[in-house]
This record gives sequence, C-alpha cells and structure tokens, in this order.
Amino acid sequence: MTELSQPQPTKPPRSQWYDVWDQFRQHKGAMMGATLFFLIVAAVYLGPYLWDIDPTKTAIRERNQGPSLAHPFGTDQLGRDLLARMMAGGATSVSVGITAMMLSLILGSFVGVLAGFFRKLDGPLMRLTDLFLALPLLPLLLVMMLLFREPLNAAFGLERGIFILIVSAIGITSWMPTARIVRGDVLALKEREFVLAARSIGTTNTRLITRHILPNVLSPIMVSATLGIATAIITESALSFLGLGFPPDFPTWGRLLFDGVDYLQQFPERVIWPGLAISLTVLSVNYLGDGLRDALDPRIRGR
Amino acid sequence: MLTFTIRRLVLAIPTLLFISLVIFLLLELAPGDPMAQVPLTVPPEVKEKMREALGLGQPVHIRFWKWIVQFFWIEPQVLIDHYFGTAFSEGKLRVISWQTRSPVMDIVVQRIPQTLWVVGTAYVVAIIIALPIGIYSAYRQYSWFDQLGTFVSMVGFSVPPFFSGVLVIVIFSVQLGWFPSIYDTTHVVNSWDSFVYQLKQMIMPVMVLALQITAQLSRFMRASMLDNLNQDYVRTARAKGLSEYVVVMVHVLRNSMIPVVTVIALGIPSIFGGAIITEQVFKVNGIGQLLIGALQANDLPMVQTLTFIFAVLIVLFNLIADVLYGILDPRIRYD
Repeated sequence: MTELSQPQPTKPPRSQWYDVWDQFRQHKGAMMGATLFFLIVAAVYLGPYLWDIDPTKTAIRERNQGPSLAHPFGTDQLGRDLLARMMAGGATSVSVGITAMMLSLILGSFVGVLAGFFRKLDGPLMRLTDLFLALPLLPLLLVMMLLFREPLNAAFGLERGIFILIVSAIGITSWMPTARIVRGDVLALKEREFVLAARSIGTTNTRLITRHILPNVLSPIMVSATLGIATAIITESALSFLGLGFPPDFPTWGRLLFDGVDYLQQFPERVIWPGLAISLTVLSVNYLGDGLRDALDPRIRGR
Repeated sequence: MLTFTIRRLVLAIPTLLFISLVIFLLLELAPGDPMAQVPLTVPPEVKEKMREALGLGQPVHIRFWKWIVQFFWIEPQVLIDHYFGTAFSEGKLRVISWQTRSPVMDIVVQRIPQTLWVVGTAYVVAIIIALPIGIYSAYRQYSWFDQLGTFVSMVGFSVPPFFSGVLVIVIFSVQLGWFPSIYDTTHVVNSWDSFVYQLKQMIMPVMVLALQITAQLSRFMRASMLDNLNQDYVRTARAKGLSEYVVVMVHVLRNSMIPVVTVIALGIPSIFGGAIITEQVFKVNGIGQLLIGALQANDLPMVQTLTFIFAVLIVLFNLIADVLYGILDPRIRYD
C-alpha cells in the first residue's frame, strides 16, 4: 500500500463534461451532424446579411427563371428570389423547431420531475400523460390550427399569431416522451444517498430539485431536446404542407415545398431544395442526438 | 391474464369518454359557422330553424350526450341492421355530416377500404423488409451491412413523407413515366392488365410509407436481437452443438420477437395518422383525406367522428400490445 503514499493527484480533475466531449468527438456521424446543423443554422440566420434580396419582393418580368448568377436557385412564379426565400423559410422553420422543442422540454421536464418527486402527484400526472399519448396527435394538431388561427391572428398580428399557435400546438402535443423518461430517472435518483444527505441537512424541496435532481437528469433531457427539434421541424413542415401552417407570403420550408408541388412538372428543383433542406436538418439533428446519447451514457463512455 | 384484459378494457372506457369530451370541447370553440355558406337573403328566423335542424340549438352537454348516444348506441344498431336485415335503427337520428347531409359513418365506410389497402400493404411490406435487415445487422454488428442499415434507417427517420413522396413522383412519374402519380380509387381489377395497373399505382405510396416503418422496425429488431445474442442461453445452445441457424433463427429470434411484436401492434394506429400526409401527396381518397377535406369545409361532426375513430384505434392497439406482451412472454404476468 506504499504506492498510495503520494496522496496529491498530479493532474487536475477532469470534469464530466470534458469526458462527454471526448466521447462525443469519437462519434464520426455525430461530429458531422453537429457541423452540418451549425452550418445550416448559420446559413439561415446569417445568410440574409450576405444575400440581402428581399424574399417577398416580386418581379413579374423575372419569373420562373432557372439558376443564374443573379439568382443561384432561380426565381418562382412571381419572380421572387428562391435563395432568399430558402433562407427566410429556414429561419422560420428552425426558430419554430427550437422554440417548440424548448416549450415541450419545459413542460415535459416539469411534469416528469413533479411526477417522479412527489408520490401523490405521480398517479394523476402519469394518467394525464397516458391520456395525451392516446390522443390522435396529427388530426388534433390540424384541428387546433384551424380553430385558433383567427383569434390568435387578431390578437397578435398575422405572423406572430401563427408562430405562437404552431409553437404552442407542437409543444403541447409532444411533451409526453420527455415526461416519461424524466420521471423514471427522478424516481431512481430520489432513492440515492446524496438526496437523503441533502434532505437531512434541511434542504427544501425546491432547492433539492433545482440543485440536486435537475442537473442529474440533464442528459436524457438533452437527448430528447435534439430529437425534439427534429420532430418539431417535421411537424411544422407537415402542417405547412397540408396548407394549414404559415400564410403563403410568409415562407417556411414546408410552405415552399407545398408551393413547389404545383410546378412539379416544369420545375422539380423547387420541390427538391426545400425538401432537401428539411431532410438534411433533421438528419443532422438525429445524428447529433445519437452521438449525444452515446456520449452521455457513462456505461458506453471510454470504450 | 383474463382479469388483466378485462380490467384494461374497463379502464379504456373512461379514457375514451374523456378523449371524446376533449375533442368535443375543442371543436366547441370553433369560430366557424355552419350557416356561413347560406345566402344573406335567407331571413334570420329561417336560419335559426336550419341551425336547430343541424342539432345546434341545444346546450353543450346535451349535444355531447346526443353524439355519444348516436355513436355508441345507434351506429352499432345500423351495423347490425346492415348485416342481419333487422330494423333496430329505423327512424333514429344518426351522426350527420354537415357537408353532404348524409350519415358520417356511411362515408367513412366508403373510404376505409382505400386506406386499408394502401396502409395495410405498406405495413406488411415494411415488416417483411425490416425483420431480415434487423436480424442480419445485429448478427454482423458493425459490418458494412450494419453501417448501411443504420444510415438507411436514419434517412428513413429524417426524410418526411411529404418530401419522399414528392421526390418519387418527380423521379418515377415525371422523369421516367413508369408509374401514375395519382392513385385512382375507381380502378376495378378484373383482368391481368388492370391488375398490373393496380400494382403500378400502389407501388409508390406503399414504398413511401414502408420506408418510414422499415426504418423504425429494423432498428428495433436489431436492438432486440443484440440484447439477446449475448445472453447465457445462447452460449449454452452453441455449446450443446446446435447449428448456427437454429441458434439464431429459433432460439434468439423467438425471444427477440417479443418486444418487436408489441412495437408492430403499437405502430398500427400511428400509421393511420401518418398516412394522412401520404394520402394527400398521392391523392388517395382514404380517411386521411376525408379528415383534411372535412377540416377545410368546417364539417364538425365528421371531424369529431374521425378524430375519435383514430383515438379508438390508438387505445385499442395499446391494449392489444399490452396483452400480447403477456401472452408472448411467460415471465410477464400482470396479476
């Protein structure tokens, strides 16, 4: 036991997140997904500063043009520049995806933590989750879009109203998986010694949850966050594709695809660009989530 | 097992009632007026009568009760009358569509075969493709086949049906001209040529739907096989000299199928929901398209009934999945 005579560690301690990052870098698909996702996000948010054509400006004389230097993606039936529209649409789609994901995450974690932490709330809250899981989500989303569109438009203006509607509709219908995962983890954590220790020195429930429980359930929450972005983007595009999403003069990727379907025979590229953008974003986010799940799982880490 | 099934069936009733109430109250908030299309020259008192004829005059709870009675009591009687020629439902008011002023269930029954044909075929095709892929990728984990399978299923997850559908239309109908882009539901199969035409028009929607289902199922099959391949009983089976085929295809596969079968059962209702988009892309006039049309026409009884049918499917298949789990895996007993 004399080897242990030097009690001072020579290296500074590594934080958990450093290990996670090391593992994450090993996953080639995840790195590629992350790079691609940040490229797409940068392109849709910063791109309009470089390519400053107004996406809603019509120029009838220049309609239905093919790709050229002035319009790399061509123009649509009203002469609007498709590259600018793709960037504007992407900004909307990605914003909707991220905001809806945040909403569903907050709802899901809230319900999950409450259900896992307080035994009295567990039964009712989980029954509620089961009920929501039994609802037919896509039809209900469509119904919600149809019913609340006009009141919200009147209250918040056309674009803001529909944004709030889509984000809250997607958020309200997609929090259940997160809640279930978080509840399971909280149930296991609650029985651990450090929670008992914290409670024995008189930590209040609120502090216990924010200080000890939440940081420990962060990894499943992060994984469902990435997957949540993917589903939110797909759902928003599906709504726009069915003609129940954003109004026509307010481009999103789903709306551009929907508009392009009418000109499928003559200009198939009008469908392919937005479709490709949606698919690539979702694919990159899915790979990102896959890598994150592996990196955050301590059983896999270090292999 | 039987008591568990009965208990779950009994529990399903309040769940379904609650869901129908949620849908009903949601629709109750609808700003749309079914009288909006009626000309302005019609005097208000006539409009009021038409409103009452649609059953809109009464308070909410009475209308909800009436809908429940119509859906759960009168519609089954209609079904019995239809099969046995009895006259239970004669003179009773059924759920009437505002669009066509004909019973909602009649229209639904007309539309269901189209959906079932396309969605059902897609599901069967997907299962047939997904299971071998899942089995082989698990057996040769990290081989090029497995990597390819992972990539293809990632793509299947990520490409939404409204893009993959449109993409195959661009390639196979517009560019190559092999398949028709619109699904013709009036087509009657009565000869070899018409059968070939039916096959041709079914290929694209079926493949688009099957891609998505295959992606999920093959991942599930792979994960489940991997869980079982490292178990002790597999080593025992190999040690006693069983052939590799018997070890994998009999011992491991049968155990791995337990979760997969339940996933297959759970996926069936979501396929009906997901098929709404595919039906829209290929213009299949199934129940998904019926729902979209009813939504746009503000036909609330139709929307209410269709959404509720989707909910019934979800609850029913959840129940089936739970029961299947118990039947297939003797270690799981609920009582």
